[in-house]
Amino acid sequence: MLTKRIIPCLDVKDGRVVKGVNFVGLRDAGDPVEVAKRYDEEQADELVFLDITASYEKRGIMLSVVSRTAEQVFMPLTVGGGIRTIDDIRELLRAGADKISINTAAVNDWQLVARSSERFGSQCIVVAIDAKRREGGFEVYVHGGRTPTGMDAIEWAERVNKLGAGEILLTSMDYDGTQKGYDIELTQAIARNVSIPVIASGGAGTLEHLYEALIQGEADAVLAASIFHYRTYTIRETKEYLKSRGVCVREAVDFSDE
Amino acid sequence: MIAIVDYQMGNLRSVQKAFEHMGFEAVITDAPEVMMDAAGLVLPGVGAFGDCYRELNSRGLVSPLLEWVGSGRPFLGICLGLQILFRSSEESSGTPGLKVIPGAVKRFTNGSLKVPHMGWNQVRHPKGSGGDHALAECPLFEGIPDGAYFYFVHSYYVVPEEPDVTCCVTDYGVTFTSAIWRDNVYAVQFHPEKSQDAGLRVIENFGRLALRGSRHVGTGARGK
Repeated sequence: MLTKRIIPCLDVKDGRVVKGVNFVGLRDAGDPVEVAKRYDEEQADELVFLDITASYEKRGIMLSVVSRTAEQVFMPLTVGGGIRTIDDIRELLRAGADKISINTAAVNDWQLVARSSERFGSQCIVVAIDAKRREGGFEVYVHGGRTPTGMDAIEWAERVNKLGAGEILLTSMDYDGTQKGYDIELTQAIARNVSIPVIASGGAGTLEHLYEALIQGEADAVLAASIFHYRTYTIRETKEYLKSRGVCVREAVDFSDE
Repeated sequence: MIAIVDYQMGNLRSVQKAFEHMGFEAVITDAPEVMMDAAGLVLPGVGAFGDCYRELNSRGLVSPLLEWVGSGRPFLGICLGLQILFRSSEESSGTPGLKVIPGAVKRFTNGSLKVPHMGWNQVRHPKGSGGDHALAECPLFEGIPDGAYFYFVHSYYVVPEEPDVTCCVTDYGVTFTSAIWRDNVYAVQFHPEKSQDAGLRVIENFGRLALRGSRHVGTGARGK
């Protein structure tokens, strides 16, 4: 059976791992390649690097981080943050990323989703949606959550699905950084309205929260940063817990030579 | 040396790195003479079936690939590199495949399941419970237990006409062939280069098969 995926996310700024709480107040948590290797050993199902480097000129640093990671880590790697053009996508894929997550650039130019998925395949184009509750629904925000767009999140998700996105990385702006749980209502509403996988993000504080997002929220995967970074839970504990609750997850297998 | 066929479809570097990580020399090349010098040939691939055939054809690689397959030296197809071995695909009607394996390629049609089939899924022996080492019948899966997880990303699956070529299956709405083996031809639907330890084991097994220079004499010779 296809398993639900557990995905640690590393926020990377100027080549170093940091974690934001509500997108402010960052704390250094190490070298991305080392952290990636640790998650690989723990058999996380995928990894996401979110580049929050402010300056477009410093983007070369991320290419080197991706390339060094891909040398040593043999699991799917998604890279997002500040990606604007087809050339940006091509460079990151060439450096060793498997999927590219686009957010603001997709809102600014819908056809970027269509063009990039046609060029590189839907499977490597992830559209990240930052959504915030508003009267009667959810609104899409861009620029790292600073700018409201007026767009409805569910309609936007349906649109990027049609444009050729292969996956949606859905972050609740209201819950991100709170550790109070994912926004289940938002997650379920998006998951039910698209035919592509949805990764729930924002708000994980306990393993119960992950369970809720996968079962009640109907997400295909859950993304979390702090609970894994600060070792509140290991990937193995997470999977054991989910399995005990009846969720289909990939179990760790020891392949060292017998 | 392992040669990885370069035809601008997919992330070839990650396949190369996986072989290097397991201690094998691997080159990315589109030169038939380099391929013919190799001990094993790998055809990876991400993208559309029709584009795949057109890219191979425009680079003059169709004949060298068929020649390689006929040479008896180990061949490994990955993802689209599995599908292109077949006659045709629903993805690109009118474009032929390499026709190495009889059969066709179909799209997942179960409406309640998400397409692409993306993520970690299990491979198991086509004949059911064969015990922990059932997959070891195929040397590519030596040391890999029945039920091991691999990383998949695809919207189409292969349907071989001869059931004997299927060496493992996976369930996603339908039970589909997730790896084939016939003589020197091995091909997998999943991405071993993205499947952590299980995938690296497949990479290593293929590398060893290639260096051993094993020439299989026929499907009748299966076994350890």
